[in-house]
Amino acid sequence: MNPVLFYLFAAVAVIASLLVIGQRNPMHSVMLLIVSFGALSGLYVLLDAPFTAVTQIIVYAGAIMVLFLFVVMLLNAHTEDEAVPQTLGPHGMKIAVVLSLALAAEVVWALSRVGAASFSTDSAAAGAISSVARIGTGIFTTHAFAFEVTSVLILVAMVGAVVIARKEH
Amino acid sequence: MISLNEFLVLSGILFAIGTAGVFLRRNLITILLSIEIMLNAVNLTFVAVGRYLGTVDGQIIVFFVMTVAAAEAAVGLALVIALFRHRETLSPDAFTTLRW
Repeated sequence: MNPVLFYLFAAVAVIASLLVIGQRNPMHSVMLLIVSFGALSGLYVLLDAPFTAVTQIIVYAGAIMVLFLFVVMLLNAHTEDEAVPQTLGPHGMKIAVVLSLALAAEVVWALSRVGAASFSTDSAAAGAISSVARIGTGIFTTHAFAFEVTSVLILVAMVGAVVIARKEH
Repeated sequence: MISLNEFLVLSGILFAIGTAGVFLRRNLITILLSIEIMLNAVNLTFVAVGRYLGTVDGQIIVFFVMTVAAAEAAVGLALVIALFRHRETLSPDAFTTLRW
């Protein structure tokens, strides 16, 4: 695994994600999140998961983010509304920043204690991981029930979205 | 050499960024985007651990997480549209009818 590519993609993902939550304009946030998803897709390729990388681009960047963009444009709300009084109190923002940094420190500390776990360099193992046939076999045999439940979930979400967003008479 | 630890730390940082977005932003759409960042951080963990254990199950779970994320985005954005129609704002501080 190429360290240069890993750190490049990791830096792009982290910086783009930070900019997503730093933007006032939701349109820019959506665009930057697509950049972050592209970097994550590169990381999936490094992890010998080309199917997941392509799905990330097609489903996430291509479908879900377009849905977000569509809603941002439909609502025509280009900036965050500052007129509404903040219910968190005067120190709400500072407390939120401190809590977020504490969570980041905790998670990084806990995950860095896993112990050295290097990936196997066996090319046969990498080939088995990247096989789309094995993923498909897994989905339609071992995880067949979860797959069917997922299709019901999608149907429910579709009906629910239509009912919720419908204009009331 | 890049090991599993670097991927775990990276996904931890991304998850914390997503949580910070939910805490800090006062725009319903940006909060939904932050939830997507968190889901992607977890996806990265699944794929990395799947690669480490030499199994495709990690990628299969990511497939299901993406489906759930799509359903969540569809329903969440429908709720955002319905709320915006009532109050003409996207700030979560404006929706306090259920507060006591």
